[in-house]
Amino acid sequence: MSYLGHVLVHLRKDLQLEWRSRDSVNGMLFFALLVVVVFSLAFDPTAAMSRQIAGGILWLALLFASTTALNQAWTREQRNRVLEAQRMAPAPPSALFLGKALSNLLFVAIVEVVLAPLFAVFYNLHAVGQGWLMAAVLPLGTWALVCNGTFFAALGLRTRNRELLLPLVLFPISIPALLGMMQATTAILTGAFEPGPWIRLLIGYNIAFTAACLLLFDTVLNAE
Amino acid sequence: MQRSRIFGPLGLVWFLLTLAVIVYATRLGLLLSPPEATMGNVARILYYHVPHSMLSLVFPYVNFGASLAYLYRRRRDPLKALTADAIAISAAEVTVVYGSICLVTGMLWGRVAWGIWWTWDARLTSMLLLWLLYVSYLMLRKLSSTGQAHTLAAVLSVFAAIDVPIVYMSIRWWRTQHPAPVFGGGPDSGLDPSMKPAFGWNVLAWALWGVFLLAMRYALERRKQQREQDAALQAIEASLEMAQ
Repeated sequence: MSYLGHVLVHLRKDLQLEWRSRDSVNGMLFFALLVVVVFSLAFDPTAAMSRQIAGGILWLALLFASTTALNQAWTREQRNRVLEAQRMAPAPPSALFLGKALSNLLFVAIVEVVLAPLFAVFYNLHAVGQGWLMAAVLPLGTWALVCNGTFFAALGLRTRNRELLLPLVLFPISIPALLGMMQATTAILTGAFEPGPWIRLLIGYNIAFTAACLLLFDTVLNAE
Repeated sequence: MQRSRIFGPLGLVWFLLTLAVIVYATRLGLLLSPPEATMGNVARILYYHVPHSMLSLVFPYVNFGASLAYLYRRRRDPLKALTADAIAISAAEVTVVYGSICLVTGMLWGRVAWGIWWTWDARLTSMLLLWLLYVSYLMLRKLSSTGQAHTLAAVLSVFAAIDVPIVYMSIRWWRTQHPAPVFGGGPDSGLDPSMKPAFGWNVLAWALWGVFLLAMRYALERRKQQREQDAALQAIEASLEMAQ
Protein backbone atom coordinates (compact mmCIF):
# COMPACT_ATOMS: atom_id res chain seq x y z
CA MET A 1 0.00 0.00 0.00
CA SER A 2 1.26 3.47 -0.73
CA TYR A 3 2.02 5.99 1.98
CA LEU A 4 -1.13 7.89 1.13
CA GLY A 5 -3.06 4.65 1.39
CA HIS A 6 -1.76 4.13 4.94
CA VAL A 7 -2.68 7.68 5.89
CA LEU A 8 -6.19 7.25 4.54
CA VAL A 9 -6.65 3.99 6.43
CA HIS A 10 -5.65 5.66 9.69
CA LEU A 11 -7.83 8.67 8.93
CA ARG A 12 -10.81 6.49 8.20
CA LYS A 13 -10.28 4.51 11.40
CA ASP A 14 -10.24 7.67 13.54
CA LEU A 15 -13.26 9.16 11.81
CA GLN A 16 -15.23 5.96 12.23
CA LEU A 17 -14.31 5.61 15.90
CA GLU A 18 -15.25 9.20 16.55
CA TRP A 19 -18.49 8.93 14.63
CA ARG A 20 -19.66 6.09 16.87
CA SER A 21 -19.57 8.10 20.07
CA ARG A 22 -19.06 11.69 18.89
CA ASP A 23 -17.55 12.40 22.32
CA SER A 24 -14.69 14.57 21.19
CA VAL A 25 -16.56 16.84 18.85
CA ASN A 26 -19.48 17.42 21.22
CA GLY A 27 -17.18 18.02 24.13
CA MET A 28 -15.02 20.44 22.16
CA LEU A 29 -17.99 22.33 20.83
CA PHE A 30 -19.55 22.89 24.19
CA PHE A 31 -16.24 23.74 25.81
CA ALA A 32 -15.42 26.33 23.17
CA LEU A 33 -18.85 27.86 23.54
CA LEU A 34 -18.43 28.09 27.31
CA VAL A 35 -15.05 29.76 26.91
CA VAL A 36 -16.56 32.35 24.57
CA VAL A 37 -19.36 33.07 27.05
CA VAL A 38 -16.98 33.38 29.98
CA PHE A 39 -14.76 35.76 28.06
CA SER A 40 -17.78 37.88 27.21
CA LEU A 41 -18.54 38.12 30.90
CA ALA A 42 -14.95 39.06 31.54
CA PHE A 43 -14.71 41.83 28.96
CA ASP A 44 -18.23 42.90 27.93
CA PRO A 45 -16.96 44.81 24.91
CA THR A 46 -18.56 47.44 22.72
CA ALA A 47 -18.72 46.71 19.00
CA ALA A 48 -15.58 48.66 18.18
CA MET A 49 -13.52 47.16 20.97
CA SER A 50 -14.86 43.69 20.32
CA ARG A 51 -13.22 43.68 16.92
CA GLN A 52 -9.87 44.15 18.59
CA ILE A 53 -10.19 41.33 21.07
CA ALA A 54 -12.37 38.85 19.18
CA GLY A 55 -9.43 37.42 17.23
CA GLY A 56 -7.57 36.60 20.40
CA ILE A 57 -10.61 35.14 22.12
CA LEU A 58 -11.55 32.95 19.16
CA TRP A 59 -8.15 31.32 19.02
CA LEU A 60 -7.92 30.96 22.79
CA ALA A 61 -11.26 29.18 22.82
CA LEU A 62 -10.08 26.87 20.03
CA LEU A 63 -6.76 26.28 21.77
CA PHE A 64 -8.36 25.22 25.02
CA ALA A 65 -11.02 23.16 23.27
CA SER A 66 -8.54 21.28 21.11
CA THR A 67 -6.26 20.62 24.08
CA THR A 68 -9.07 18.80 25.85
CA ALA A 69 -9.72 16.62 22.82
CA LEU A 70 -6.14 15.88 21.78
CA ASN A 71 -5.32 13.69 24.74
CA GLN A 72 -8.37 11.56 24.07
CA ALA A 73 -7.26 10.93 20.51
CA TRP A 74 -4.39 8.80 21.71
CA THR A 75 -6.17 6.99 24.52
CA ARG A 76 -8.11 5.23 21.75
CA GLU A 77 -4.83 3.67 20.70
CA GLN A 78 -3.99 2.51 24.15
CA ARG A 79 -7.07 0.40 24.70
CA ASN A 80 -6.64 -3.26 23.75
CA ARG A 81 -2.89 -2.63 23.35
CA VAL A 82 -3.42 -1.24 19.90
CA LEU A 83 -0.35 0.95 20.25
CA GLU A 84 1.93 -2.06 20.54
CA ALA A 85 0.34 -3.45 17.41
CA GLN A 86 0.95 -0.16 15.62
CA ARG A 87 4.59 -0.27 16.63
CA MET A 88 5.02 -3.77 15.30
CA ALA A 89 3.17 -3.13 12.06
CA PRO A 90 5.37 -2.56 9.00
CA ALA A 91 3.42 0.58 8.06
CA PRO A 92 5.37 3.83 8.42
CA PRO A 93 4.67 5.36 11.86
CA SER A 94 4.45 8.85 10.43
CA ALA A 95 1.39 7.68 8.48
CA LEU A 96 -0.28 6.93 11.82
CA PHE A 97 0.61 10.41 13.01
CA LEU A 98 -0.58 12.08 9.84
CA GLY A 99 -3.86 10.18 9.80
CA LYS A 100 -4.54 11.11 13.39
CA ALA A 101 -3.55 14.75 12.90
CA LEU A 102 -5.81 15.01 9.85
CA SER A 103 -8.72 13.54 11.77
CA ASN A 104 -8.13 15.99 14.61
CA LEU A 105 -7.99 18.77 12.05
CA LEU A 106 -11.42 17.74 10.77
CA PHE A 107 -12.88 17.64 14.28
CA VAL A 108 -11.55 21.08 15.19
CA ALA A 109 -12.71 22.39 11.80
CA ILE A 110 -16.22 21.22 12.58
CA VAL A 111 -16.04 23.12 15.85
CA GLU A 112 -14.80 26.22 14.05
CA VAL A 113 -17.52 26.09 11.44
CA VAL A 114 -20.09 26.16 14.23
CA LEU A 115 -18.22 28.59 16.43
CA ALA A 116 -17.22 31.32 13.97
CA PRO A 117 -20.78 32.40 13.07
CA LEU A 118 -21.69 32.29 16.76
CA PHE A 119 -18.77 34.55 17.40
CA ALA A 120 -19.92 37.02 14.81
CA VAL A 121 -23.32 37.03 16.50
CA PHE A 122 -22.07 37.39 20.07
CA TYR A 123 -19.66 40.18 19.29
CA ASN A 124 -21.58 41.90 16.48
CA LEU A 125 -18.63 41.35 14.21
CA HIS A 126 -18.10 42.12 10.61
CA ALA A 127 -14.67 42.19 9.03
CA VAL A 128 -13.39 45.66 8.20
CA GLY A 129 -10.37 44.23 6.39
CA GLN A 130 -10.37 41.45 3.80
CA GLY A 131 -12.80 38.94 5.28
CA TRP A 132 -12.07 36.22 2.72
CA LEU A 133 -8.55 35.90 4.12
CA MET A 134 -10.09 34.16 7.12
CA ALA A 135 -10.52 31.20 4.80
CA ALA A 136 -6.70 31.06 4.73
CA VAL A 137 -6.06 31.90 8.37
CA LEU A 138 -8.49 29.39 9.86
CA PRO A 139 -7.02 26.23 8.29
CA LEU A 140 -3.42 27.38 8.73
CA GLY A 141 -3.92 28.26 12.36
CA THR A 142 -5.85 25.11 13.10
CA TRP A 143 -3.23 22.93 11.48
CA ALA A 144 -0.50 24.60 13.56
CA LEU A 145 -2.36 23.76 16.76
CA VAL A 146 -3.47 20.30 15.75
CA CYS A 147 -0.18 19.10 14.27
CA ASN A 148 1.91 20.01 17.28
CA GLY A 149 -0.89 19.07 19.65
CA THR A 150 -1.20 15.55 18.23
CA PHE A 151 2.57 15.12 18.38
CA PHE A 152 2.91 16.30 21.97
CA ALA A 153 -0.07 14.29 23.05
CA ALA A 154 1.78 11.23 21.75
CA LEU A 155 4.89 12.43 23.56
CA GLY A 156 3.02 12.43 26.83
CA LEU A 157 1.28 9.10 26.36
CA ARG A 158 3.12 7.15 29.00
CA THR A 159 3.98 9.98 31.36
CA ARG A 160 2.32 10.46 34.69
CA ASN A 161 -0.13 13.32 34.71
CA ARG A 162 -0.61 13.10 30.98
CA GLU A 163 -3.44 15.62 30.70
CA LEU A 164 -1.40 18.25 32.48
CA LEU A 165 1.67 17.74 30.36
CA LEU A 166 0.09 18.54 27.00
CA PRO A 167 -0.65 22.22 27.67
CA LEU A 168 2.66 22.65 29.52
CA VAL A 169 4.62 21.52 26.51
CA LEU A 170 2.31 22.65 23.70
CA PHE A 171 1.73 26.26 24.69
CA PRO A 172 5.34 27.50 24.75
CA ILE A 173 6.15 25.88 21.42
CA SER A 174 2.96 27.19 19.82
CA ILE A 175 3.38 30.80 20.84
CA PRO A 176 4.71 32.08 17.50
CA ALA A 177 1.84 30.35 15.73
CA LEU A 178 -0.67 31.70 18.25
CA LEU A 179 0.73 35.16 17.77
CA GLY A 180 0.44 34.73 14.00
CA MET A 181 -3.13 33.51 14.00
CA MET A 182 -4.35 36.02 16.55
CA GLN A 183 -2.64 38.96 14.88
CA ALA A 184 -3.82 37.91 11.43
CA THR A 185 -7.42 37.56 12.66
CA THR A 186 -7.28 40.92 14.43
CA ALA A 187 -5.80 42.51 11.30
CA ILE A 188 -8.61 41.11 9.18
CA LEU A 189 -11.32 42.14 11.62
CA THR A 190 -10.07 45.64 12.36
CA GLY A 191 -8.40 46.42 9.02
CA ALA A 192 -5.83 48.40 11.02
CA PHE A 193 -2.71 46.66 9.73
CA GLU A 194 -1.57 44.11 7.18
CA PRO A 195 -2.29 40.44 7.91
CA GLY A 196 0.21 39.37 5.23
CA PRO A 197 3.36 38.96 7.36
CA TRP A 198 1.44 37.00 9.98
CA ILE A 199 -0.03 34.65 7.39
CA ARG A 200 3.46 34.09 6.00
CA LEU A 201 4.69 33.37 9.53
CA LEU A 202 1.94 30.78 9.91
CA ILE A 203 2.86 29.14 6.62
CA GLY A 204 6.55 28.99 7.56
CA TYR A 205 5.75 27.68 11.02
CA ASN A 206 3.49 24.99 9.61
CA ILE A 207 6.07 23.81 7.11
CA ALA A 208 8.85 23.67 9.70
CA PHE A 209 6.87 21.89 12.36
CA THR A 210 4.98 19.50 10.12
CA ALA A 211 8.33 18.34 8.78
CA ALA A 212 9.73 18.01 12.29
CA CYS A 213 6.68 16.06 13.50
CA LEU A 214 6.72 13.65 10.56
CA LEU A 215 10.45 13.01 10.90
CA LEU A 216 10.49 12.58 14.67
CA PHE A 217 7.29 10.62 15.22
CA ASP A 218 9.05 7.33 14.68
CA THR A 219 11.48 8.19 17.49
CA VAL A 220 8.67 9.07 19.85
CA LEU A 221 6.62 5.97 19.10
CA ASN A 222 9.60 3.75 19.80
CA ALA A 223 10.92 5.76 22.69
CA GLU A 224 11.73 2.87 24.97
CA MET B 1 32.74 -0.20 39.28
CA GLN B 2 35.05 2.72 38.67
CA ARG B 3 33.38 5.85 39.93
CA SER B 4 34.32 9.24 38.57
CA ARG B 5 35.04 11.68 41.35
CA ILE B 6 32.87 14.75 41.28
CA PHE B 7 35.75 17.01 42.22
CA GLY B 8 38.86 15.84 40.44
CA PRO B 9 41.99 18.01 40.39
CA LEU B 10 40.91 19.78 37.18
CA GLY B 11 37.54 20.52 38.74
CA LEU B 12 39.15 22.05 41.80
CA VAL B 13 41.49 24.19 39.74
CA TRP B 14 38.63 25.36 37.56
CA PHE B 15 36.52 26.20 40.60
CA LEU B 16 39.26 28.26 42.22
CA LEU B 17 40.05 30.01 38.96
CA THR B 18 36.35 30.79 38.45
CA LEU B 19 36.02 32.18 41.96
CA ALA B 20 39.05 34.37 41.42
CA VAL B 21 37.75 35.73 38.13
CA ILE B 22 34.28 36.33 39.63
CA VAL B 23 35.76 38.27 42.53
CA TYR B 24 37.95 40.32 40.19
CA ALA B 25 35.14 40.99 37.74
CA THR B 26 32.67 41.91 40.48
CA ARG B 27 35.19 44.30 41.98
CA LEU B 28 35.73 45.88 38.58
CA GLY B 29 32.03 46.15 37.94
CA LEU B 30 30.88 47.35 41.32
CA LEU B 31 33.75 49.53 42.40
CA LEU B 32 36.29 50.42 39.77
CA SER B 33 34.54 51.09 36.50
CA PRO B 34 33.10 54.58 36.04
CA PRO B 35 29.42 55.29 36.79
CA GLU B 36 27.26 55.37 33.71
CA ALA B 37 26.41 58.72 32.12
CA THR B 38 22.63 58.81 32.58
CA MET B 39 21.91 56.21 35.22
CA GLY B 40 24.84 56.45 37.56
CA ASN B 41 25.49 53.54 39.82
CA VAL B 42 22.18 51.84 38.98
CA ALA B 43 23.70 50.68 35.71
CA ARG B 44 26.20 48.49 37.55
CA ILE B 45 23.63 45.70 37.69
CA LEU B 46 24.06 45.49 33.95
CA TYR B 47 27.53 43.97 34.45
CA TYR B 48 25.67 41.07 36.03
CA HIS B 49 22.57 41.10 33.86
CA VAL B 50 24.02 41.28 30.37
CA PRO B 51 26.60 38.45 30.70
CA HIS B 52 23.89 36.19 32.09
CA SER B 53 21.57 37.11 29.22
CA MET B 54 24.22 36.42 26.60
CA LEU B 55 25.19 33.12 28.18
CA SER B 56 21.58 32.01 28.59
CA LEU B 57 21.42 32.10 24.78
CA VAL B 58 24.47 29.84 24.45
CA PHE B 59 23.50 26.95 26.71
CA PRO B 60 20.33 26.10 24.74
CA TYR B 61 22.59 25.24 21.82
CA VAL B 62 24.67 22.99 24.05
CA ASN B 63 21.42 21.28 24.98
CA PHE B 64 20.43 21.00 21.34
CA GLY B 65 23.77 19.55 20.30
CA ALA B 66 23.73 17.05 23.14
CA SER B 67 20.15 16.05 22.32
CA LEU B 68 21.06 15.42 18.69
CA ALA B 69 24.06 13.39 19.82
CA TYR B 70 21.78 11.41 22.11
CA LEU B 71 19.28 10.68 19.32
CA TYR B 72 22.09 9.67 16.98
CA ARG B 73 23.83 7.39 19.47
CA ARG B 74 20.72 5.95 21.07
CA ARG B 75 20.74 2.71 19.11
CA ARG B 76 24.37 2.66 18.05
CA ASP B 77 26.12 3.11 21.40
CA PRO B 78 23.71 3.37 24.33
CA LEU B 79 26.36 3.99 26.97
CA LYS B 80 27.81 6.97 25.11
CA ALA B 81 24.27 8.17 24.47
CA LEU B 82 23.73 8.45 28.22
CA THR B 83 26.70 10.79 28.42
CA ALA B 84 25.11 13.03 25.82
CA ASP B 85 21.85 12.92 27.72
CA ALA B 86 23.58 13.96 30.94
CA ILE B 87 25.06 16.98 29.14
CA ALA B 88 21.64 17.80 27.71
CA ILE B 89 19.90 17.97 31.06
CA SER B 90 22.75 19.88 32.67
CA ALA B 91 22.69 22.47 29.90
CA ALA B 92 18.91 22.81 30.17
CA GLU B 93 19.10 23.42 33.90
CA VAL B 94 21.87 25.99 33.53
CA THR B 95 19.79 27.69 30.82
CA VAL B 96 16.84 27.97 33.17
CA VAL B 97 19.02 29.32 35.98
CA TYR B 98 20.76 31.88 33.81
CA GLY B 99 17.49 32.81 32.15
CA SER B 100 15.84 33.34 35.53
CA ILE B 101 18.69 35.57 36.65
CA CYS B 102 18.46 37.51 33.39
CA LEU B 103 14.73 38.06 33.80
CA VAL B 104 14.85 39.00 37.49
CA THR B 105 17.84 41.34 37.28
CA GLY B 106 16.40 42.85 34.12
CA MET B 107 13.12 43.52 35.94
CA LEU B 108 14.96 45.13 38.85
CA TRP B 109 16.91 47.37 36.49
CA GLY B 110 13.84 48.15 34.40
CA ARG B 111 11.87 49.22 37.46
CA VAL B 112 14.47 51.85 38.25
CA ALA B 113 15.47 52.86 34.73
CA TRP B 114 12.11 52.75 32.94
CA GLY B 115 9.70 52.87 35.88
CA ILE B 116 8.05 49.59 34.91
CA TRP B 117 8.68 46.03 36.07
CA TRP B 118 7.80 44.48 32.75
CA THR B 119 6.82 45.28 29.21
CA TRP B 120 5.93 43.05 26.30
CA ASP B 121 8.60 44.22 23.94
CA ALA B 122 10.60 42.03 21.55
CA ARG B 123 13.54 41.08 23.71
CA LEU B 124 11.81 40.55 27.01
CA THR B 125 9.07 38.46 25.46
CA SER B 126 11.56 36.32 23.52
CA MET B 127 13.60 35.76 26.68
CA LEU B 128 10.50 34.82 28.63
CA LEU B 129 9.50 32.36 25.92
CA LEU B 130 12.96 30.80 25.88
CA TRP B 131 12.69 30.38 29.64
CA LEU B 132 9.22 28.83 29.26
CA LEU B 133 10.44 26.41 26.61
CA TYR B 134 13.23 25.10 28.82
CA VAL B 135 11.06 24.91 31.90
CA SER B 136 8.65 22.82 29.85
CA TYR B 137 11.64 20.63 28.88
CA LEU B 138 12.45 20.09 32.55
CA MET B 139 8.81 19.33 33.35
CA LEU B 140 8.68 16.75 30.58
CA ARG B 141 11.76 15.07 31.99
CA LYS B 142 10.30 15.07 35.46
CA LEU B 143 6.93 13.67 34.46
CA SER B 144 8.11 11.05 31.96
CA SER B 145 8.60 7.46 33.00
CA THR B 146 12.22 6.43 33.20
CA GLY B 147 13.66 4.89 30.09
CA GLN B 148 11.63 7.16 27.90
CA ALA B 149 12.46 10.46 29.49
CA HIS B 150 15.74 10.79 27.62
CA THR B 151 14.32 10.25 24.15
CA LEU B 152 11.19 12.33 24.62
CA ALA B 153 13.17 15.20 26.09
CA ALA B 154 15.66 15.02 23.23
CA VAL B 155 12.81 15.27 20.74
CA LEU B 156 11.37 18.25 22.60
CA SER B 157 14.79 19.85 22.55
CA VAL B 158 14.84 19.59 18.75
CA PHE B 159 11.44 21.26 18.61
CA ALA B 160 12.60 24.01 20.96
CA ALA B 161 15.67 24.62 18.82
CA ILE B 162 13.50 24.99 15.70
CA ASP B 163 11.18 27.27 17.63
CA VAL B 164 13.73 29.68 19.05
CA PRO B 165 14.53 31.53 15.80
CA ILE B 166 10.85 31.60 14.85
CA VAL B 167 9.97 33.04 18.26
CA TYR B 168 12.70 35.61 17.92
CA MET B 169 11.53 36.79 14.50
CA SER B 170 7.85 36.77 15.32
CA ILE B 171 8.16 38.66 18.57
CA ARG B 172 10.45 41.16 16.92
CA TRP B 173 7.80 41.89 14.34
CA TRP B 174 5.31 42.26 17.10
CA ARG B 175 7.02 44.82 19.32
CA THR B 176 10.03 46.94 19.95
CA GLN B 177 10.59 48.99 23.08
CA HIS B 178 13.85 47.66 24.52
CA PRO B 179 16.70 50.14 24.06
CA ALA B 180 18.35 49.68 20.69
CA PRO B 181 21.03 46.99 20.89
CA VAL B 182 24.08 48.38 22.62
CA PHE B 183 26.48 46.48 20.41
CA GLY B 184 26.23 47.12 16.69
CA GLY B 185 23.02 49.07 16.97
CA GLY B 186 24.00 52.31 15.21
CA PRO B 187 26.51 55.16 15.22
CA ASP B 188 25.80 56.16 18.82
CA SER B 189 25.70 52.71 20.32
CA GLY B 190 28.53 50.70 21.77
CA LEU B 191 30.05 50.51 25.17
CA ASP B 192 32.30 53.30 26.37
CA PRO B 193 35.91 52.01 26.26
CA SER B 194 36.39 52.68 29.97
CA MET B 195 33.65 50.16 30.72
CA LYS B 196 34.82 47.45 28.38
CA PRO B 197 37.28 45.76 30.78
CA ALA B 198 34.62 45.38 33.49
CA PHE B 199 32.17 44.04 30.97
CA GLY B 200 34.62 41.63 29.38
CA TRP B 201 35.80 40.24 32.72
CA ASN B 202 32.21 39.75 33.84
CA VAL B 203 31.35 37.82 30.71
CA LEU B 204 34.38 35.63 31.27
CA ALA B 205 33.60 35.15 34.94
CA TRP B 206 30.02 34.03 34.41
CA ALA B 207 30.97 31.88 31.42
CA LEU B 208 33.50 30.04 33.58
CA TRP B 209 30.91 29.70 36.32
CA GLY B 210 28.33 28.41 33.84
CA VAL B 211 30.73 25.78 32.58
CA PHE B 212 31.52 24.82 36.17
CA LEU B 213 27.80 24.43 36.97
CA LEU B 214 27.33 22.37 33.83
CA ALA B 215 30.23 20.10 34.71
CA MET B 216 29.07 19.65 38.32
CA ARG B 217 25.56 18.80 37.24
CA TYR B 218 26.94 16.49 34.56
CA ALA B 219 29.00 14.61 37.12
CA LEU B 220 25.98 14.28 39.41
CA GLU B 221 23.84 13.02 36.56
CA ARG B 222 26.48 10.48 35.53
CA ARG B 223 26.64 9.18 39.09
CA LYS B 224 22.88 8.83 39.12
CA GLN B 225 22.94 6.99 35.79
CA GLN B 226 25.68 4.63 37.01
CA ARG B 227 23.77 3.96 40.21
CA GLU B 228 20.68 3.11 38.16
CA GLN B 229 22.70 0.80 35.94
CA ASP B 230 24.17 -0.95 38.99
CA ALA B 231 20.72 -1.38 40.49
CA ALA B 232 19.39 -2.79 37.22
CA LEU B 233 22.32 -5.22 37.04
CA GLN B 234 21.72 -6.37 40.60
CA ALA B 235 18.04 -6.90 39.88
CA ILE B 236 18.86 -9.00 36.82
CA GLU B 237 21.42 -11.06 38.71
CA ALA B 238 19.02 -11.60 41.59
CA SER B 239 16.33 -12.82 39.21
CA LEU B 240 18.82 -15.21 37.60
CA GLU B 241 19.75 -16.65 40.97
CA MET B 242 16.13 -17.18 41.85
CA ALA B 243 15.49 -18.93 38.56
CA GLN B 244 18.12 -21.52 39.52
